[in-house]
Amino acid sequence: MLAIEAKKLTKEFQVYQSRKGLSGAFRDLLNREYRTIRAVNEIDLSIKPGEMVGYIGENGAGKSTTIKMLTGILQPTSGMLKVNGYDPHREREKFVRTIGVVFGQRSQLWWDLAVQESFQLLQKVYRIPHEKYEPHLKRMIDVLNIQELLDQPVRKLSLGQRMRCELATSLIHQPSLLFLDEPTIGLDVLVKEDIRQFLRDINQELNTTVLLTTHDLGDIEALCSRVVMLDKGNIIYDGDMNRLKREWGDGKRIVLETEREYELSELLATTEGLPVEWEKKASHTYEIRVPGDQVQVPEVLGRVIERGIAIQEMQLEEATAEEIVRKIYQEGMTID
Amino acid sequence: MIRMYAEIIRIRFLMMLAYRVNYYSGILIYSLNIGAYYFLWTAIYGGQGSINGFTALQMATYIAISWMSRAFYFNNVDREIATEIRDGTVAIQFIRPYNYLMVKVFQSFGEGIFRLVLFSVPGMFLVSLIFPIQLPGFGWIWLKFALSLFLGFVINIQINILVGILAFFVLNNQGMLWAKRMIVDLLSGLTIPIAFFPIWAQWVLKALPFQAISYLPSVVIVKDLSGSAFWGAVGIQAMWCVLLLIPIQMIWNKARHTLVVQGG
Repeated sequence: MLAIEAKKLTKEFQVYQSRKGLSGAFRDLLNREYRTIRAVNEIDLSIKPGEMVGYIGENGAGKSTTIKMLTGILQPTSGMLKVNGYDPHREREKFVRTIGVVFGQRSQLWWDLAVQESFQLLQKVYRIPHEKYEPHLKRMIDVLNIQELLDQPVRKLSLGQRMRCELATSLIHQPSLLFLDEPTIGLDVLVKEDIRQFLRDINQELNTTVLLTTHDLGDIEALCSRVVMLDKGNIIYDGDMNRLKREWGDGKRIVLETEREYELSELLATTEGLPVEWEKKASHTYEIRVPGDQVQVPEVLGRVIERGIAIQEMQLEEATAEEIVRKIYQEGMTID
Repeated sequence: MIRMYAEIIRIRFLMMLAYRVNYYSGILIYSLNIGAYYFLWTAIYGGQGSINGFTALQMATYIAISWMSRAFYFNNVDREIATEIRDGTVAIQFIRPYNYLMVKVFQSFGEGIFRLVLFSVPGMFLVSLIFPIQLPGFGWIWLKFALSLFLGFVINIQINILVGILAFFVLNNQGMLWAKRMIVDLLSGLTIPIAFFPIWAQWVLKALPFQAISYLPSVVIVKDLSGSAFWGAVGIQAMWCVLLLIPIQMIWNKARHTLVVQGG
């Protein structure tokens, strides 16, 4: 059974169209014009149990709407949707027992109460038997390092502390599928790393399926082997991260700092026959662009050193996921 | 199921304790209200024995009882629901395996019990020392009153839920909430007992659910209703409890299908 299976999943919203000016506002009072917006347009998605999938797209691309359909909050306008074998909206109460959700921008803990009170309530809500609840919770408390936070009211926690508690909350009933909507938003690097490590661990140990939306592509690079990219309600890419990099990353860049200034033609001669480009960045700094897979970085560097170019310092740069995504949205996607 | 709802009541208790200052100021406000209405009505009676079937003593008791009952049935669940719908936190509620509205009912019940035990009962004791009121001694009447008061609570929360979930359709329903609050206080007989309205207005009010929140329970204890008079009052309340379920269920079903989550 697939963890998530969607066919031609579509969500449309009716929005008010405001007319212009004062007379328009009066006319709006009497009769409003509606416009239909298609937030998610016939997407197909299938995710196997145990996969960690990154779901990315610009603001307004339809990510949140998809997540809300997958979690049963919104009813799809049309299309087929099965998550963990359930129809999320129609069988909501049964279905939500099998999923965990973290909304980075919304807390699901009780703001004025100590963290452990929220945990205790959820134990009752999910009817988790005591002998199963205790060891599982204890482990999460250890791994997420939230022991000292348990008796503090949620409003006194820092964002990073709160987010660790949110993660524990979402996993308290050991769901097989976890939705994370911007889980690392606003967190510092160390906390981010902790959270990523934790997610990797639960994925490996419990085979938890994870669907992650984020603006921080670092999360996706660290966690997901598969990326689904959304633009204006359509899936424009569904595949592995490395392929995306290979095809859109424009290869690698080598930045060289040399001991003395060279003529560009002198340098060009060193890599004759290789499909690389040179560029002078500053008086002692040069950049070599190494495209795609036709040529390897060591080969290029070997040639340069062989010809006696005195290198002081060297840096290897690769397009970040961020740059790739920006590029795709700017230029439009042409790969399948 | 029951354990979950018990836990929800417990959580609400804790939250009420977290807002202790609200609680203390509440006692003060209710005492002031009872005092103000007591003196107002004493002036109106001006030595007359009985008006519209209420003696001055019964009137004083009515004021104290109805305000202390209000402490039990009153809650802000309409405002809470409207706020959660407006800022989108209602989405979080939908990922939990429970019925959102039932959770709200039990939260309010927790709040009601908290205020009944820590507010109404000691408040009533205090008021009975200051003002000359007459409460019945221990007996069945208190049980009858408890039943009637409980039904009043149910009707009030149903009305609150009804107004609260309208926020799904009218995203800013603050005005409606204020209007509802005023209407409930006035038409439920809290400020003026129903018997003091003109005859035509009494007919109208008796056809509305509001009198079943406050007037009927208060009359049960003040007039020591028994037999058919008592069962008649409770019957009207029970009828409203059932009738109000219909619009709530209809609006709720519609809302669930057309839900738009605010703010992404």
